[in-house]
Amino acid sequence: MTQRVATAPLPAPKAPGREVDLPQSSWTKARERLAWILVAPSVLVVVLVALYPLFQSFRLSFTNARFGSPRPEVYVGFDNYIRLLQDTVFHAAMQHTITFTVASVAIETVLGVVIALIINSHFTGRGVVRTSMLIPWAIPTVVSSQLWRFMYNQDNGVINDLLVYRLGILDSPVAWIANPTTSLPAIIAVDVWKTTPFMALLLLAGLQVIPGDVYEAATVDGASKWQQFWQITLPLLKPALLVALIFRTLDAFRVFDVVFVMKGTALDTITLAIYARQTMIDQQYLGRGAAASVVIFLCIALLVIIYSRLVRVEET
Amino acid sequence: MATSTAVRPAIPDTSTISRTGQWTFGKVLNRVLFWILVVFIIVYTVFPFFWALISSIKPNAELFATPVQYWPSQLNWTFYQFVLANGDFLRALRNSVIVSFSVVAISLALGSLAAYAMGRLKFRGRTPVLYLILSMTMFPQIAILGSLYQMINALGLFDRLPALIIAYLTFTLPFTVWVLANFFKAMPGELEEAALVDGATPLQAFYRILLPLAAPGMVTTGLLAFIAAWNEYLYALTFTQSRARTVQPAIASFTGNTQFELPWGNILAASVLVTLPLVILVLVFQRKILAGLTAGAVKG
Repeated sequence: MTQRVATAPLPAPKAPGREVDLPQSSWTKARERLAWILVAPSVLVVVLVALYPLFQSFRLSFTNARFGSPRPEVYVGFDNYIRLLQDTVFHAAMQHTITFTVASVAIETVLGVVIALIINSHFTGRGVVRTSMLIPWAIPTVVSSQLWRFMYNQDNGVINDLLVYRLGILDSPVAWIANPTTSLPAIIAVDVWKTTPFMALLLLAGLQVIPGDVYEAATVDGASKWQQFWQITLPLLKPALLVALIFRTLDAFRVFDVVFVMKGTALDTITLAIYARQTMIDQQYLGRGAAASVVIFLCIALLVIIYSRLVRVEET
Repeated sequence: MATSTAVRPAIPDTSTISRTGQWTFGKVLNRVLFWILVVFIIVYTVFPFFWALISSIKPNAELFATPVQYWPSQLNWTFYQFVLANGDFLRALRNSVIVSFSVVAISLALGSLAAYAMGRLKFRGRTPVLYLILSMTMFPQIAILGSLYQMINALGLFDRLPALIIAYLTFTLPFTVWVLANFFKAMPGELEEAALVDGATPLQAFYRILLPLAAPGMVTTGLLAFIAAWNEYLYALTFTQSRARTVQPAIASFTGNTQFELPWGNILAASVLVTLPLVILVLVFQRKILAGLTAGAVKG
């Protein structure tokens, strides 16, 4: 919003005293040209390596293009999309992606709020906790996926060891990753581990802007801690919460790394991104794969629009 | 600010007195529960990496022992020796370093120029450019995977480092422009105006005055771009095969002597080697990183 105000054409120079010596028109013209010269390289790169490929993906999704095929590309209309709708693997991928996104974002948000509230209170060693929370975020997803795969191991993994032999919660070791009923929850748990601390740190930044006086006044008025949380903290945290939610949802919906490293293209956990890559690269069906990636793009665009509406409603 | 600092000291004093005055059972329980939670958070976040460290220096037999052995009986560096003598891994490491540093350098060089224009200069077309940059920070990588792959093959860049450098710019450059533009915008205008009145051109004002002031912001964005490039997997997996393989796909596809036996010791040692520099970097720059992340997120 502030950007739009800033770009509105200025009716007259705001402070005429400052730029007396310079003729206004040539001055703004020179500045405008300079601005474009400065912006041009970045815009050019973005247009060439991001925007153009994006248009290409849209175009290819309506063709029967294949990699390494001498056959000429033919426009096939919505055939690729219709095929997707008929493909049970695509259905499974859609279902896993939605489950993954909803579950991981919901758990991360609730845990993130709880952890942010805990770190927000003053105690010795708070810095240590905050530092330790950056570690999961800093570890590459490939590495953390391999680490958790190692820990999930059925025979000699530390998780089964803890749950079965040390704590006695389970009767026998579970093949967390191989078993189709536990594989997706196990992967969600890895994502929760990796991103909850990050979510908590974003929310902590939101908590720290809330002035302490508000709580002091509420305490004086006899509000309980629980009431304070629902009446003060949560409403004031809403902007930060919404932003964190947007970023997490967009990230979760395109999930690839963690699932692919742990399970490859296995049918019990395949996600939309994995499906798209498998179709395009492994099977070389460029057109159909492009259609799948366009579907992901459109879902994410839809999420962005819904969320930005929410934020705007929040602002007014 | 002034009022809150004036009022603050009075109120916390009374609250601490009342709190320390009576140690009821409920308060002790609250305290204990609080610390259990704090310890749990630390263990939960740190344990997996700690476990990788411990496991990577265990003797091979203890690595696969049941029940699990929580502490190595003796130190074993053979996994590290193997990984560091492994030509494929060393090449992957070198590739990752080249790609990440190149991506950061190009992003900062191009991005800071654009960010200055976006943050400080008024020009027609600024809003469309802003929306272009912003939308590019949000769209999913997978959406352009196929067409980028096609483009890279057409340019003869498959399995070569420039392919990855180009591909990574699609997410590091918009991010850099966005965060630095906000950074430039937040600077006071007087400095630049003083220079302009003294006869400096806008470009001189930029690199003599604003750029040095933006150095902290550049360190932060550069660091975040570096981490993003270093950790990238999807493009590296798709656009490289052997020559230009980076560490992430290398770690993901470590194979043992047989198809069914995973060399966990080597995987963990390689993982630690690839992650330790990042963890140290993040711990050293934690304040800057947090500031950069919240700036990028809150203003996004």
